[in-house]
Amino acid sequence: MTTSVSSLVTTTDSVLDVRNLQVSFPSEAGLVKAVRGIDFSLRAGETLALVGESGSGKSVTATSILGLLPTSAQVTGSIRLDGRELIGLSDRDYSKIRGKDIGMVFQDPLSALTPVFSIGTQLIEALQVHQKLDDAKARARALELLDLVGIPDPKRRIDAFPHEFSGGMRQRAVIAMAIANDPKVIIADEPTTALDVTIQAQVLDVLKKAQEVTGAAILMITHDLGVVAGMADQVTVMYAGKPVEAGASDSVFYEPRMPYSIGLLSAVPRLDDGGRRALTPVEGNPPSMVDLPKGCPFAARCPIAVDVCRETEPELKVVDDSGLRSACHRSAEIGADLPREGMFPTPELPTWEGETDREGRPQVLAVDNLIKHFPLVKGQVFKRRIGTVKAVDGLSFDIREGETFALVGESGCGKTTTLLEILDLPTKQVGSVTVLGKETKSMSGKDRRGLRRDVQVVFQDPMASLDSRMPIGDILAEPLKTHGWDKDRIHARVPELLSLVGLLPEHAERYPSEFSGGQRQRIGIARALALEPKLIVLDEPVSALDVSIQAGVINLLDELKVKLGLSYLFVAHDLSVIRHIADRVAVMYLGRIVEQGDAETVFTSPMHPYTQALLSAVPLPDPRKERERQRILLTGDLPSPADVPSGCRFRTRCPKFLSLVESDAERCRTEDPASEAVAADHTSACHYSAALEVV
Amino acid sequence: MTTTDASTLSQVEEPKVRRSRGRGALLVRRFARNRLALVGLGILVLLLVGAYVLPSFLPWSYTQNDWNALGVAPNASHPFGTNHPGVDMLALTMRGLQKSLVIGLVGGPLTTAVAALVGASAGYFGGWVDRILMWILELMLVVPSFLLLAIIAPRLSHGTWLIFVVVLAAFGWMITARVVRSMTQTLKDREYVLAARYMGVNPMVIIVRHILPNVASILIVDATIQVGAIVLSETGLSYFGFGIQPPDVSLGTLISDGEPDATTSPWMFFFPAGFLILMGLCTAFIGDGLRDAFDPTAAGAKARVKKAKGSSDQEPMVELASTSIVVEEGTAS
Repeated sequence: MTTSVSSLVTTTDSVLDVRNLQVSFPSEAGLVKAVRGIDFSLRAGETLALVGESGSGKSVTATSILGLLPTSAQVTGSIRLDGRELIGLSDRDYSKIRGKDIGMVFQDPLSALTPVFSIGTQLIEALQVHQKLDDAKARARALELLDLVGIPDPKRRIDAFPHEFSGGMRQRAVIAMAIANDPKVIIADEPTTALDVTIQAQVLDVLKKAQEVTGAAILMITHDLGVVAGMADQVTVMYAGKPVEAGASDSVFYEPRMPYSIGLLSAVPRLDDGGRRALTPVEGNPPSMVDLPKGCPFAARCPIAVDVCRETEPELKVVDDSGLRSACHRSAEIGADLPREGMFPTPELPTWEGETDREGRPQVLAVDNLIKHFPLVKGQVFKRRIGTVKAVDGLSFDIREGETFALVGESGCGKTTTLLEILDLPTKQVGSVTVLGKETKSMSGKDRRGLRRDVQVVFQDPMASLDSRMPIGDILAEPLKTHGWDKDRIHARVPELLSLVGLLPEHAERYPSEFSGGQRQRIGIARALALEPKLIVLDEPVSALDVSIQAGVINLLDELKVKLGLSYLFVAHDLSVIRHIADRVAVMYLGRIVEQGDAETVFTSPMHPYTQALLSAVPLPDPRKERERQRILLTGDLPSPADVPSGCRFRTRCPKFLSLVESDAERCRTEDPASEAVAADHTSACHYSAALEVV
Repeated sequence: MTTTDASTLSQVEEPKVRRSRGRGALLVRRFARNRLALVGLGILVLLLVGAYVLPSFLPWSYTQNDWNALGVAPNASHPFGTNHPGVDMLALTMRGLQKSLVIGLVGGPLTTAVAALVGASAGYFGGWVDRILMWILELMLVVPSFLLLAIIAPRLSHGTWLIFVVVLAAFGWMITARVVRSMTQTLKDREYVLAARYMGVNPMVIIVRHILPNVASILIVDATIQVGAIVLSETGLSYFGFGIQPPDVSLGTLISDGEPDATTSPWMFFFPAGFLILMGLCTAFIGDGLRDAFDPTAAGAKARVKKAKGSSDQEPMVELASTSIVVEEGTAS
C-alpha cells in the first residue's frame, strides 16, 4: 500500500519521515498487532496530531519513534529523522538523539520528573548530556528556558523540587526540558490530559510558543478533538492500529470521508452546541488487536458497511483535491450520496412528563451552608493545629425531582469533598444536608440506613469501582442483600437491572475484567439503580471513557432519569459533557459556589469572571472557531484552600480585577462578595458581574 | 452489540428467568477446572480416610511391640518395617498422620484466619482499633512464644488436642497480620469499598466480602505454608514435653525419632517424612487451585473455548459445564 501513498507525500523538506511502520508484541493470547502500517511526514514548524481512542496504536507509534519500546516488540518499516534511519539503531546511538533531536512531553508531569532532584538540576542535566556547557552557562540557559515557558520568578523557582510545583508548572518544566537542546521534533503524548481546562489552555499556549522559538515539528498524540482543532495543522485518525483518515486539519474536521472520523466527531459533546439533546454514540467496541476480523476493522460498528467492507480491508488513498486520504470503500459516496449528518443514528430521548415548573416539584436534596474544614496539624506526639484547609466553605444548593444538577470546577475546588460529605449523611457538620425532607443531623441510625437506599453513587473509574473478585451478579445483588431483599426477588431483579442498562442477563456470571470500560460503567450504573433510589450521585462518570463510548453512557443516564424519575447530582470537570446533561449548574471555586443557575443561562451568558474564563478555556472541536476565539487566559494556579485570599477569593487570578480602577479594586480586596441574583434562577458571587459571551 | 443505545433499550425483551449462580457456585466451578488441585484434594481425602480407617484393619497397633522383629526393614508382615523397639512403622505412621493432619489442617487455616481478621480489622477501622490491635501484635512478637507456652502448657496438659492447636495458632499469626493490615489500608479507599459503604453495608461484611477476597492470594499461600509449619512446630513443643506425648505419636515426633537413623535404617525416617511432604504438596495444590478460583484474571480457571476450525459461521463450542458463558467477539477487552 505504501507505493501508492508515499509518492504523493512530499518528502523533500520533512524532518521526520515514517514509512509503513508496523509494531507487534508477543502476548499469551497471540501476536498483538499494535500498529499495522502508518505513514506520515513532519515538516519543521508543523504540528501533526494523531487522534484515536485507547488501544488504537497512537502511543505505540510515538514510543517507537523514541525507540523506547520493550525489546520484545517487533518493529518493521522505516523511521527517518533528517534522512537518518532510526530503526535498528543501538540504544547508545539512540540516546544521543533522544532529548536532543527529539524532545518528549509525557502525559503525567508528576512521574516525568524525578522527585529527589530539583527542577534546575534536572534541566541542567538535560542540557549537559547533549551539549558541552559549564555549570554556570548551563544554569543561565536553564533560567532562560524556565522564563520562556512562563514560570514566574525563575531565579527562585529553579531550585524548587517537583513536589513544590503545581501540575501545570511541572508540565511547563517538562516542556522546558523538551526544548532545551533545540530539538527538531517534539513528541507530546497527551500533554494536557491530566490538567484542568484553564491550565490546559496555558500549557497549550506554552507549547505553541516553544514551537515558535525552536521551529520544531510537533507530533501530538491526543484523544481530545478540541485540543487537536486548536493545535494541529495535520491530523491522522487512527483505528485498530492503522490510520483511517489523514489530511489537513480543516478537511478532516469539515469533510471527513471515513465513517469512523464522522462518528467520532458527532459523538463529541460540544460546548457551542445549543443545549440539551441526545448525543450520537458509535455502537460497539474496537476489535481485539490479537484476532482482527477479516475486512475493514470498523465494519462491525459502521452504519454504512456493505459486503465488500467485510471482505477486504480498504487502503488509505487520496479522496479529494485537498489531499485528504481516507480508508473507506465508500469514501467517494460520503458527502455526496451519503450525507454525513445523521450517518450514525441519534437515539430519541424521552421527554420529562412530570411537573415542568421547578418550584412545583418536590425537593430531593437541599444543602444549606455546608462547611467542611480539615485541620492542618503538625507534630508526632503533641499535635498542634497550624492551619485550616477550607475544602468546602459555605455551600448552598438544592436539587428537585427529575433534575440534573451539575457541580463544576477545577481539581482541588472541593467538588469531591462535597460529594463525600453528602454521601456520609453527616451528623456533625456546620450547615445542614436535607435528603428527601429529612435532615441528616437529627436522624437515627435506622433512618440513616433506610436513607442509604434512596441515595446511590456512581464512581469515576469503572475499573476501581467494581470489586474485580466478584461476578457481576453478586455485585448487583450486594445492595439488595444489604437492604434485606429475599433471594427470589434478588434473582428476578439482577437480570432486570442488566437489561435496563443495555447488557445481557447472561453477563451476571462474568467478572468485571471481562468487560470494556463503557460496559463496566453501565454495571456501576445498574448497581446504583438496584434499590430504586431517588437521587444518584455521579462522580465524573464518563471522564475515564472514550468519546464514542461516553456518548452512549450519557444517553443512558439521560434516558434512565426520565424513565425512573431520578435526580442526579453530577460532578464533572468537562464542561461540554455538562452542557449536554445538566439542567442546572453550579460553578465552584475554592470551596464556594461562585455562579449558579439554569444551565442554559449560565452557559450562554455567564456573569462571573471565573465562569467566563472556564468556558473560554474549553477547546472546541472546530478548527475555524478555534482560530477566531479569544481566550481569557487565567494567570497562575488555584490558590491553596489552606490560604484563601482575603475579600473575593478569585481576585488573585481574576482578569476583571486587573482591569478595575484602584477604588473599585479595593472592594474586591476587602469585601467577600455574596451570591446575588442576577436573573431569575441565576446567581453570581461577584461585585462586578456582567454578562459576556465566550463560546 | 452490548452497548445498546437508548432506542433499542426500551424494547429489550423480557429477561429470561434463570438463576444466575452466585460467587460461591462460581468458585466451586472454577476450582474444579484445576486438575492438579482436584488431584491434591483427592489424595488429601485418601490420607484422611487412610489415617482413620486403616489402623483398625492392621494386624499391629501403634502401641504393640513385635519382639521378633526389632528394627527390621520393610517385609510382608511389616510393609513399612519396624523401629528399634519393634513397633510397626505403618501403624505408627498412620497414627502420626491422624494427629498431624488434624493439627495441620485445623491449625494452619486457623492461624491465617486470625491473621486475616486482626490485620483487616486493624487496617480497615484504623484509629484506636488499629492502635490496640497493633500493640497486642507487637507484644506477641517480642515475647518469646516458647516461654509463654512453657507457662501455659502444664495447665493444658489434660486438655484435648484442640486446645493445643489453638495455642499453636495463637503464636503464628503476627507477621501475616501485619502484611494484611497494610494491604487493607490500600484497599479500603478503593471505590468499590466506598460504594459498599455508601450502600449501608455492615463494616464486618465489607471486610469479609470485599477486603479478604482481594488479599486471598497471600492468605492462601500463607495457609498452605502454615500447615507445614504448625506440624513441625508441634514437634518442637513435643520435644520440650508439651503437646503430643508418648506413647501417642505425630508425624513430627516420628520424624525427629527417625532422623538419627535416616542413613542406616531409612524406613524409620522416610516413611513419616514422605507422608508429611505428601500432605504439604496436597495443601499447596489445593491452595493454588483456590487462589486461581478467587482470582478472575487467572488463566487456569477460565472456561476454555475450543475454536471451531475452518468455517467461521460455526458457533464456537464451549467446553465444560459452562453452558451459560457465551463467548462473544469483542466484548472482553
